[in-house]
This record gives sequence, structure tokens and C-alpha cells, in this order.
Amino acid sequence: MKQSRLIISILVFGYAFLYIPLVSVIFYSFNDSRLATVWGGFSTRWYGELFRNDQILDAMFLSLRIAATSATFATILGTMAGLILVRFGRFRGRALFSGMITSPLVMPEVITGLSLLLLFVSLQQLIGWPGQRGFSTITIAHTTFSMAYVAVVVRSRLAAMDESLEEAAMDLGCGPLRVIFDITLPLIAPAMVAGWLLAFTLSLDDLVIASFVSGPGSSTLPMYIFSKVKLGVTPDINALASLIILFVSVGLLLSWATMRKRSA
Amino acid sequence: MRWQRVTVAIPYLWLLVFFLLPFAIILKISLADPVIAQPPFTPTFDAQGGLSVTLDNFLFLLTDKLYAITYLNSVLMALAAMLLCLLLGFPMAYGIARAAPQTRSLLLLLIVLPFWISFLLRVYAWMGLLNNYGVINNVLMWLGLIDQPIQFMYTNFAVFIGLTYSYLPFMILPLYATLERMDLDLIEAAQDLGASRTQAFWDVTWPLARAGVIAGCLLVFIPAMGEYVIPYLLGGPESMLIGRVLFDEFFVNRDWPLASSVAIVLLLLLVVPIVFMQRNEAKLEEVE
Repeated sequence: MKQSRLIISILVFGYAFLYIPLVSVIFYSFNDSRLATVWGGFSTRWYGELFRNDQILDAMFLSLRIAATSATFATILGTMAGLILVRFGRFRGRALFSGMITSPLVMPEVITGLSLLLLFVSLQQLIGWPGQRGFSTITIAHTTFSMAYVAVVVRSRLAAMDESLEEAAMDLGCGPLRVIFDITLPLIAPAMVAGWLLAFTLSLDDLVIASFVSGPGSSTLPMYIFSKVKLGVTPDINALASLIILFVSVGLLLSWATMRKRSA
Repeated sequence: MRWQRVTVAIPYLWLLVFFLLPFAIILKISLADPVIAQPPFTPTFDAQGGLSVTLDNFLFLLTDKLYAITYLNSVLMALAAMLLCLLLGFPMAYGIARAAPQTRSLLLLLIVLPFWISFLLRVYAWMGLLNNYGVINNVLMWLGLIDQPIQFMYTNFAVFIGLTYSYLPFMILPLYATLERMDLDLIEAAQDLGASRTQAFWDVTWPLARAGVIAGCLLVFIPAMGEYVIPYLLGGPESMLIGRVLFDEFFVNRDWPLASSVAIVLLLLLVVPIVFMQRNEAKLEEVE
């Protein structure tokens, strides 16, 4: 079907709206001037400074550790939740369960962050744990909200899947646990990988919740970036942003191209 | 079966402890008085074991005009961003859904891509654009349209643009999902039977896309209501949104009980849209 001119111009405008800010950050990251918005000639010096900045490297390392750990927990818990919702039929408390698993998707971050911090403070008063807030508390917080995303991804994959393979295995005498491990899980593996990646990114991305539940001395990468950009545009953050934009774009475009080739 | 119970129990317990229980604690602390102590609020039960709760925080929220204005401001700002997202997102989703399959997957990828780039950095990018000496002002001055920079940064306008920009993909994806599934023959049939293009849109396309429109609107509206980063980085003193007030009450004023009651009121405002969204999700699944 041929597209109307109006639709095409809105599409062009919409994509320009989405991408011009990103392109402008990349452009200014090569600006020699310390005043980030005045052009002072081409330079790559901010990239060099990035790798000599220990604070950035420490924060990045902490963020990556939290993201990998929380994404793994979230994938395990979220896959269980997805299986429960699609394959387990009715059980007591199902309505509450499905409510709890979908609410974190839209819950404002300030509420999630505040509520979890108050939980950790109360727990510390009652049982002495967590003694210190940092890696473990941020990981728990991230697991809780990203397992909801994994559950959504896994659930839609399960819902679209044909149950006949699982039924055939059952008919051939497979126990229900073996069916899950030998048939269901391998079939939903792509959804689990996608869910893990999503959880990983969400965790790397989070500023507000981490600000609430972290303690002194443990700054994640977004917390470090926020403390710098509060004061305005800075050239080294431009360089960092550009690296992230390029890394993500190349990764996604490559995976898109391989998938397209495979499906063609 | 026992293993099934265990499988249900693990994520269930996790959510009870780390999702539901925290809300009970927020409610508990919102009923306490602030004190200078560690932690900075009065216990729910006094030394004699009597219940010691107060509605002072909620009364304060009701009587102090500033909070009412901030809540209203947040609702209006979230609604405005939601409408602009819909206005821009609907034709975009429609265009993507009707594109040739090869282009379609690339166009979709380009919608999803910003998701994977840090939210904070995408908001930050707008600081460079909207600055007094930023890209937009430079271009406008270079074109000779203005003589001196327009103040974009630290205004409600900047917050509005920031919200729209950040949440636009949340609008497009559910809209795309419903529009892509729609049977084009229906529109053709309506036109064959004498409907004009506008009539066909309002009588056929719009009702079929309604569940997607609702999903997209709520996915933008609900999180935008509590947004903190965007009003902080792009907004000025007049663009106080409730998420920022909550954050400041907690971290700057260290008034935990008041911050908790701000959160409870925000949650009460959002309960209706959240329940509505879950109903709508169930409806969307039935269609599938």
C-alpha cells in the first residue's frame, strides 16, 4: 500500500526528533573546547581523559557487576513467573501474583526506590541485615523490577508457542519436570536471552532507584554521570555518551543484520 | 504437585518481600512524626505498646497549597506529554505498520534503539540542544530568525519536550502492535461501501486500535507522573513535579514521613490508571 505524503513527512520528522539529540552529542564530543557548546576545533582528547578517570572506571565496573548479577537473578525469577502465569492454570493468589508482576513495569521509580530503601532500613533495625547498602541492595532492587520485564517477554513467547510438543513428550511418558527442562526451556531460550539483555540494560540505565538504595561510597555509573551533568554540559560526558551510543547502535544493527540474513 | 508449589513460591515470596511489603512500610512511616534520630521518624508503637500514629503529614499535604499545585502540575505535564506522544506516535506507528516488511523491521529497530541507550544520557543530550548557546539557538541565530538566544532550558517547555522525547517509544510500540495486526480489507471494504477516508479512519481504524492507544497512553502517563531526572535536569524552579518534590523531601529535608505521604498520595492518584492498564492488557491478550 502506498503511504500518504503526510505519513511520510511525520515519519521523517519523528525519526529526526529521536536521533538529532544523539547525533549532536557525538558531534560535540570531538570538540576541543572545554565550553562544551562552543566549537573550538576537532579533538579526541576527551576520549583519552575518559580512560584515565578512575572514578568513571570504578563506577562502570560496579554498574556492570550489578547489571550482570541482577539480570541473571531476574531471568531465573522472571522465567519462573512467566511459566506460572501461562502454564500453571489457576492457583490460590494468582490475581495478586499477576498484579505484582506487572505493576513494577509502570511504577514511578521514586516510589520503588523510596519503598525499597525504607524496607532495607527496617530490616536492618530488625535483623541487622543489610549492614551496608551498596552492591547487594542495588542488585536486589534491580532484580525486583527487571524480573517483571523478563516475565513479560517469556510470557508472550510461551503464549505464542504451540503446546503440542510438550503434550507429545508427556504422552511418551515424560515427567512434568523433565518436560520443562528438556522441551519448554530450550524452546523459550531466545526469549530468556532477550529478557536477560533487557534486564542487564535496565539495570545499567537506572539512576533513581540506585540513588535511594545505595550507601556512601558506592556510586554506579549513572549516579556518577548525574552528579557531573547536574552542573551542566561537560565534554568528557559527551565522549562517554558517544561511546555508549556507538556501542549500542553497532551491536543492535549487527544482530538485526544477522537475524535478517538468517530469516531470508 | 510439590515442585509446582515450590516454583510458585519462590518468585511469589520474592515479590511479597521486595514489592508488596515495602508499600506497607511506606504507609507505616507516612503515619509517623519526623524526629531527629536514626532513623528519622517516630516508632508506630510507643514505649507502652500503644499505637502512635498521626495524620499530620497528610493534613499538611492537603493544606499547603504548594503540594496541590505540584500534583496538578505533574498531572497536566504528564497529560500534555502523553497527547503529543499520541499525536506524533500514531501516524508513525501507522506508517511503520504499513511499510514494506524489509523497511519495517529497520524502522522498528530504530524505534527500539534509544531504549538501549542510557535514559539519563538521552535527557542530557537535550541540555546541549536547548542551552542558550546550544545547537537550536545557534541554528536559529545563524538563520537570522532571532537576534539573541531564546531561554529554553530550565522552563516547562524543556520538561515537556524531554518527557515527550523519552516516552515516545513507549507510545509507538503498543500502537504498532495493534495496527500491524489490523485487517486492511476492513478499511477497503468501508471505502468501497462509500465511506470517505476520514470516515473510514474514525469508524474502522480508530476503534480497532483503541486498546493499543490506551496501552500506549498509560505507559507514557503513569511513569511520566513520577519523573525525577527530566524536571531536575531540564526544568526550572516553576516546573516542580511531584517526583522531584518527593526526592528533595527525602534527601534534602530528610523528612522521611512527609516523603512517604507524598508517595502514598501519588500512588493513590495512580491506582486507577494502573488497574485500568491491567484490565486493558487482559483485553489485548484476548484479542491475540
